[in-house]
Amino acid sequence: MSVWFVPRDSAARSVGADAVAQALAERGEAVVRTGSRGMLWLEPLVERFDESTGKRIGWGNVTVQHVMDGSLEEASSLFLGIVEDIDYLAGQERWLFAKVGIIDPLDPQDYVAHGGLAGLRASLAMESDEVVEQVVASGLRGRGGAGFPAGIKWRTVAQNPARPHSGAHESARPHKYICVNADEGDSGTFADRMLMEGDPFCLLEGMAIAAHAVGADKGIVYIRSEYPDAIQTMHEAIEIARREGWLGVEILGSSLTFDVEIRVGAGSYVCGEETAMLESIEGKRGVVRAKPPIPAIRGLFGTPTVINNVLTMASVPSILARGAAEYASLGVGRSQGTQVFQLAGNIARGGIVEKAFGVTATELVTEFGGGTLTGRPVKAVQIGGPLGAYLPADQLDVAMGYESLVEAGGMLGHGGLVVFDDTVDMAEQAHFAMEFCAEESCGKCTPCRIGSVRGAEVIDLMRRGVDADTNEVLLRDLCEVMTDGSLCAMGGLTPMPVLSALDNFPDDFRSHPGIPPQEMRS
Amino acid sequence: MTSTPVESWSEDVARDIVSNIAREPGPILLCLQAIQERFGYVPAAAVAIVAQGCNVSRADVHGVLTFYSDLRDTPPPPVPVRLCAAEACQAVGGRQLLRDWQQACEQDQELAEVTGVDEPIFCLGNCALGPAAMVAGRLLGRACVDSIKQAVHHHAEGSNS
Repeated sequence: MSVWFVPRDSAARSVGADAVAQALAERGEAVVRTGSRGMLWLEPLVERFDESTGKRIGWGNVTVQHVMDGSLEEASSLFLGIVEDIDYLAGQERWLFAKVGIIDPLDPQDYVAHGGLAGLRASLAMESDEVVEQVVASGLRGRGGAGFPAGIKWRTVAQNPARPHSGAHESARPHKYICVNADEGDSGTFADRMLMEGDPFCLLEGMAIAAHAVGADKGIVYIRSEYPDAIQTMHEAIEIARREGWLGVEILGSSLTFDVEIRVGAGSYVCGEETAMLESIEGKRGVVRAKPPIPAIRGLFGTPTVINNVLTMASVPSILARGAAEYASLGVGRSQGTQVFQLAGNIARGGIVEKAFGVTATELVTEFGGGTLTGRPVKAVQIGGPLGAYLPADQLDVAMGYESLVEAGGMLGHGGLVVFDDTVDMAEQAHFAMEFCAEESCGKCTPCRIGSVRGAEVIDLMRRGVDADTNEVLLRDLCEVMTDGSLCAMGGLTPMPVLSALDNFPDDFRSHPGIPPQEMRS
Repeated sequence: MTSTPVESWSEDVARDIVSNIAREPGPILLCLQAIQERFGYVPAAAVAIVAQGCNVSRADVHGVLTFYSDLRDTPPPPVPVRLCAAEACQAVGGRQLLRDWQQACEQDQELAEVTGVDEPIFCLGNCALGPAAMVAGRLLGRACVDSIKQAVHHHAEGSNS
C-alpha cells in the first residue's frame, strides 16, 4: 500500500486539506500529515510515494470530490509529476525549509532521519565559544527585520554573567534566557508560522544550540495569538522533545540543561518589537523600552537575553551541521546565506521561496510568482511588511539583500513581498499605513502616537484636494518628525510606506477632488 | 482566538486560576489570558482578583487589560468571525469583503448576533491565499461572504450536536 501525504499547515487547512485527508483515510489509505511545501496556490497539494522513482508525486488543488471520483491518478489534469522537480521548488535553495513539507512535523524519528539533531550534536562536541564563532562566521543576520549579526549578539550574551531576576534577592538563582520572537505580525509574512507548523523541532534545536553557546538555562517562544495551529504544534513538539531528551536536563547526554516554554501574545503588533515583546512576556503592557541597556545585557527580567526571530534561530542547526563556510558562501556582500521570501497579496503563485540573497524582486514576483493573480499589470510591491516601502513595477530589478534594499529606498524586513495590481490607490495605502500605526502604537513616543493620527488626517485632506501642496509639505515634515523622534520601528518606519507611495505615485494623492470625507475612510 | 465551550463566571474559580499562576514570573497577562480562556472574557470583577493575587495595584491590571486587543470585557459571540484588514488581503479585495460582510450582517440580524461584529484583525498569516478570515479559531483562505457563512453554520451545527 502506498503512503499519501497531505499538509496540516494552516494555509492548506484553510482551503480544505483536512477534508481531503479524511476522505483519503476513509478510502483506506495511509495518510501522513506534513507541513506545506510552500507552493500555496496549489493547496491542498496531495502527494504519494511513487515506488518506481522512489520520489513523491503530487496533485494540486485537490478536493474531496477528486478523491472520490478517482482523479488522483497520473492521467489527471491535477497531476503535477515529481513534486521536487516542479520549477518553483527546483529553483530554490532550501536550507532552513529543507524538511518542511516532507517530514511529519511531530515525528521525532522522521526528524532525525532527515538530518535533525546533527547541528545540536555537532555543537555539543564543541566548546561554547566555538559555537558562537561558527555563528559569527556564517554571517547570519537577524531575519526579523533589523539584520543585526546573530553571532555578535550571542557573543555579548555569552560574555555577560547570568543574573537573578530583577527585584529578586541577590542570592536567587541566576539565569540567562533564549527568547524567540514568533510575533510575526507583518502582513505578507508567514514563514515563521510555516516553520513552526512544519518543522518545530528545528526551532527547538536552534534554541538548544544557542543555550549551549551562551550558557542559558531557559527558553521562551513568544507566539502571536493569531496562530492557534502553530501554538498547538509547538506545545506538542516541546512535550515530545522533553520525552526524547532533546530538552530538559543533560540534553543528549551532555551537561546542557535547558527547557523551553511558550508564551502567547494578545493581539498587539508592537509586541513584535523586541523590547515590547520582553515587557509582554513579563506580563505588562507591551510598551517599548529605551535602549541602552540592550537586551543582550539586561533583557528578560533583567537577565542577559538572546532574542532572535524564528527564522534566524531555526537557521542555526543547518549552519552547525553543514558548516558556517558553506552558508557564508551563499548570498551577496554582507547579506549571507539564504532568505525565506514570502510571496503574497495579488500574486498568481504565492508561497515560500527560499533563495540565497541577491535574487531580484522581479525574479521573485515574475518568474516564481507568475505575476498578479488577477492577470493585470503589477503597480507596486510592498517589501518588508507594513513598515516597508512600496516599490513601483519599474524598480523591481533590485537585488534582495539588507544593504541593496536600503539603497533602493526600502528595506528587507522579514522578507515578505506583497504584490498589488494597477487598480490599487496608493494614497489609500499610505492612509492605511498611518491608520495602522495609530491603531497599533504603544503610545510611548508622541510622534508615533499622535503623528500617525495627524498623518491620516493630512492624507485625507490631500486626497480631497484641500490645500494639497501645503498639506504635502506638512506630511513630509510630519514624517521627518516621526522618523527621527520615535524609539522603535513602529513610528520610525511608518513614514517609509507613506513617503514611498507619495514619491512614486504622486498622482494618486491628487486625483480625488470632491470625494466626501466619509468615503475616504478605508 | 479559538472558540471553546466556556463556563459562566465564578469568582472562586477565578481566584483558583490566579493563585495557580501568581507565583510565575510576570503573571498579570498570564492570569488575564487564563481567565479569558476559561470564561470567554475578563469581567470587571476579575481585575481586583488578579490585582490581589499578584500583589499589584488594580491600575496595573487595568493597564494590561486595556492594552491588548485580544482581551475583552464582554462575553464573546457564539461563533466569532474576524476578517483580515491588512495589506496582503487588501491587494485581493479584502476591503470589499469587509464591506460585504458588514452589509450581510446588517441584513441578517441573527448572523450579526451569532458572529458578533468584531473589529477586523491585522494579518492571520494566510497572505498568499487571501482574503483571509478566521471563524471560531479556524482559518479560511480565499474567503467570500458565502464561504464565511458556510463555515459559521458548519461550526454552529458541530457545537450543537
